[in-house]
Amino acid sequence: MRYFIIILLATLSFVSKAQSVKITQSTKGEYISVEPIENKSISKQFKIFNYKQFEDYLKTKDKSKTYVINFWATWCAPCVKELPYFEKINTDYASENVEVILVSLDFPKQIDTRLKPFLKDNKLQSEVVLLNDVDANTWIPKVNKDWSGAIPATLIYNSEKSEFYEQSFDYNDLENTLKTFLK
Amino acid sequence: MKKVIQITTALLLLVVVSAFTNKTEKEKSGYKIGDVATDFKLENIDGKMVSLSDFEDAKGFIVTFTCNTCPYAVAYEDRIEALNKKYASKGYPVIAIMPNNTDVKPGDNIEAMQKRADQKGFTFPYLLDAGQDIYPQYGATKTPHIYILEKTKTGNIVKYIGAIDDNYQDASQVKSKYVEDAVDTLLTGREIKVKETKAIGCSIKV
Repeated sequence: MRYFIIILLATLSFVSKAQSVKITQSTKGEYISVEPIENKSISKQFKIFNYKQFEDYLKTKDKSKTYVINFWATWCAPCVKELPYFEKINTDYASENVEVILVSLDFPKQIDTRLKPFLKDNKLQSEVVLLNDVDANTWIPKVNKDWSGAIPATLIYNSEKSEFYEQSFDYNDLENTLKTFLK
Repeated sequence: MKKVIQITTALLLLVVVSAFTNKTEKEKSGYKIGDVATDFKLENIDGKMVSLSDFEDAKGFIVTFTCNTCPYAVAYEDRIEALNKKYASKGYPVIAIMPNNTDVKPGDNIEAMQKRADQKGFTFPYLLDAGQDIYPQYGATKTPHIYILEKTKTGNIVKYIGAIDDNYQDASQVKSKYVEDAVDTLLTGREIKVKETKAIGCSIKV
């Protein structure tokens, strides 16, 4: 009987995980606005990097932290949908030494027309950087050898481990995934 | 009671196993270089059904998963048309397939595809993967995503998978024309040097 309960629990957890993934995938890409956070400055500034500069920038970061690097763009509906979850992680897990970096792959010629207005309207608190490097065939495999190049995509790493996710997240998935990196 | 538990356990195990099997199949799915690509029968924007086997004189195909709504795909529209103009007469026509779920992306439905093809003067078939059955078999994950096939006696062999070239922003700044290089090489009967490339693209909407 004990085994039965264990198997039942295991099964339920698998099934629920599979379902939550399914929901993420089938959810339509409607727009969800990011909740504005009061009393914090609105970040309108962002750095623009090629991949080498981005890599070098990450190397200067505090190595005791866990980093959640999300690749997105304003024109990518599933990316925009999941941004609030990354924002929430950045706020709620700051005390656990987690930092979110939102790597925009927006077209450089749309910085003023799309990216800046988007950042202003949505008051993003996480750090945003623009990755402008056309030679994707060189840099995509450096992020992860299995990444096909589709976005959204997310890299989570700390000094202990590093994992790459070519998928959309809902908040629970993202939080549970992040927890596997935290002691 | 014991029997009920046994049966329930067996059923639950089956669910677990099938869940894993699905995932493994999904991870493994998609063609690798050298695989035989499936043919298909998909609706073109003119309402006719199109299959690879319809192209009796073709030496191969530039199968291009693309759509109206992805900015990366849009950035490549003119270059996809140019590929068809250059290579259809040499035996390698472009066969464009729109893989997105059109309920999620109404801007990619067949009427929108017709309209876009008219505006841009597409000369290649622009097919709708209405059942979303074909792109997973190929293993396409994004738009644009190219598969170059060579027609042989044993079927259409996958010879190249990836991007059109190395600069989505500016066609005039391209240094490596991956697809052109690959087709040119196939036309001379030699081995393609760069068989797989990566590029950013919009995830296919399911």
